[in-house]
Amino acid sequence: MAVTITLAMLIIVGFLAGIRLMQSPRTALWGNRLGALSMLVAIAWTFVYTGQAILSTALVYIAIGGLIGLILGQSVKMIHMPQTVALLNGLGGAASALVVWAAVISYHGEGAEMLFWGTSGLALGVGALTLSGSIIAVLKLQGLAFRQAVQLKGHGHILRAAILLAVLLVLINMSLPGQYYFQLLPVVALLGLLAGFFMTLRIGGADMPIVISLLNSFSGIAASIAGLAVENVILAGTGALVGVAGMILTRIMCRAMNRSLFSVLAGFTPGKKEAETVPPEEEQSAIDESPAKSKVAEEEAESAVAEGSEDNLPDIINQAQRIIIIPGYGMAVAQAQNAVEQLLDALEGKGKEVKFAIHPVAGRMPGHMNVLLAEAGIDYEKLMDLDAINPQFDHADLAIIVGACDVVNPAANAAEGTPISGMPILNAEKARHVIVCNIDEKPGYSGVDNLLYEQDHVHTFWGDAAETIPQLTGMIGQVS
Amino acid sequence: MILAMFIILAAAALLGYKVISAVPPLLHTPLMSGMNALSGITVIGAIAVFFTAPPGAEGWAAAALILGMINVAGGFWVTERMLRMFKGKAKESEVQEIPWQ
Repeated sequence: MAVTITLAMLIIVGFLAGIRLMQSPRTALWGNRLGALSMLVAIAWTFVYTGQAILSTALVYIAIGGLIGLILGQSVKMIHMPQTVALLNGLGGAASALVVWAAVISYHGEGAEMLFWGTSGLALGVGALTLSGSIIAVLKLQGLAFRQAVQLKGHGHILRAAILLAVLLVLINMSLPGQYYFQLLPVVALLGLLAGFFMTLRIGGADMPIVISLLNSFSGIAASIAGLAVENVILAGTGALVGVAGMILTRIMCRAMNRSLFSVLAGFTPGKKEAETVPPEEEQSAIDESPAKSKVAEEEAESAVAEGSEDNLPDIINQAQRIIIIPGYGMAVAQAQNAVEQLLDALEGKGKEVKFAIHPVAGRMPGHMNVLLAEAGIDYEKLMDLDAINPQFDHADLAIIVGACDVVNPAANAAEGTPISGMPILNAEKARHVIVCNIDEKPGYSGVDNLLYEQDHVHTFWGDAAETIPQLTGMIGQVS
Repeated sequence: MILAMFIILAAAALLGYKVISAVPPLLHTPLMSGMNALSGITVIGAIAVFFTAPPGAEGWAAAALILGMINVAGGFWVTERMLRMFKGKAKESEVQEIPWQ
């Protein structure tokens, strides 16, 4: 027993130390590896503890799952990270629910206690909720179904009723300790699935970072409760770690959008124009498929210079010394991160100082923009978060916005009573010049018109960022 | 045992809160995929149940084992791939110019 507890603590400390190393990008890789090592020790110890030979049928299932996981991890594109994390959230929840169900069938006759019935029922419900909620999130993120928030008749009532009924059934199952478990617990699982479905269905595009963080947390909570049910200290402790991490991220995301978790879950969709959020991806991919894109872009660059003489973008770019680039979800949709990297190279080639301003909720999951820019080969030291970059806009000669709208909208500070009022924004308007490379002038997810577009020092350059950014790059060095 | 379990759970949550709060926004995506891997810890519960389960329950435990391992392997590997892409100035200097150019 003492050995079990000591080893459990060691493994959890291993995970904690791994996360500690993740506090800096220099050591994060080793943090991840330390986590993987701790996991390996935990799995090996479980074989020893249960007194089973490593070479057993369990190893076959471990190999199958591990292989699928490696293939998934190797083949997934960075642009699809939000979907991937959402999918893994769901699988984690499902695994916890299955473990608990297997434990219930195995141990129900052995004088199981109330704690066992309570925790197993809860783990089953939360795990099922995480699974169905994550499946809906994956469908939304992948653009396969329910891309917009779907609000059904009596939506909130169904959701609340499902959760209440599930809790009630868990309590009933606890009080009759497990007599009707075979009838009650599957219903709990079904209600959990239903609740997850209804919870995620009415959540729209830009609220996805919050939902993914929340489901991340739920997958950990399900594992932790399952750990209590099967009396496994390592499982309970590690699950709690994941649950806490998800909750921290959920809170950061909510703050960055100035919204309460409740209003997000209530499906409160800000603004009136919810249908016009991000440009549909079909349009984007149609444009992306032209192979000779960069050549076309170069030719267009010249024509754009001729037309846009009013704003004289080449002069603005070439005269700017300190430049801040602000990427948003539109950059991810247009897959313009490599074009942005080329722009960065060209600007730095002229000795200009370039930084990136990353808003916490830019993209579809926490840290989404950082991963895309890192993949494009951009030095992470240039990627600054909100608090670090905001004072620097005052001294910036130029801010280039690439597919970001709400996170730079001064209405958040200026106007009262809009959905984004009070939301912390990037102060792009403080820069001497601003170039906006968004797809069109439609408002962002919040539906609030962007006050930036009307200002004199703001130059709008509408179009697909995969085309407009190379045009900007083409202007560098041009003398007008 | 139950008491020890709750104490460790609470300690892990508290320490986790402290350590995770300090992870910079730059690394939030790898943090989440890393957490996906950690939630795969359910496999150890699945292994324990698998070996003690009556024949009827084995299948459920095996399914949990497979799903949990997808999380463990997929989560850690995708995090590894992602973190390898984060390059700072230190690494840039390693890229040497080819002398004969």
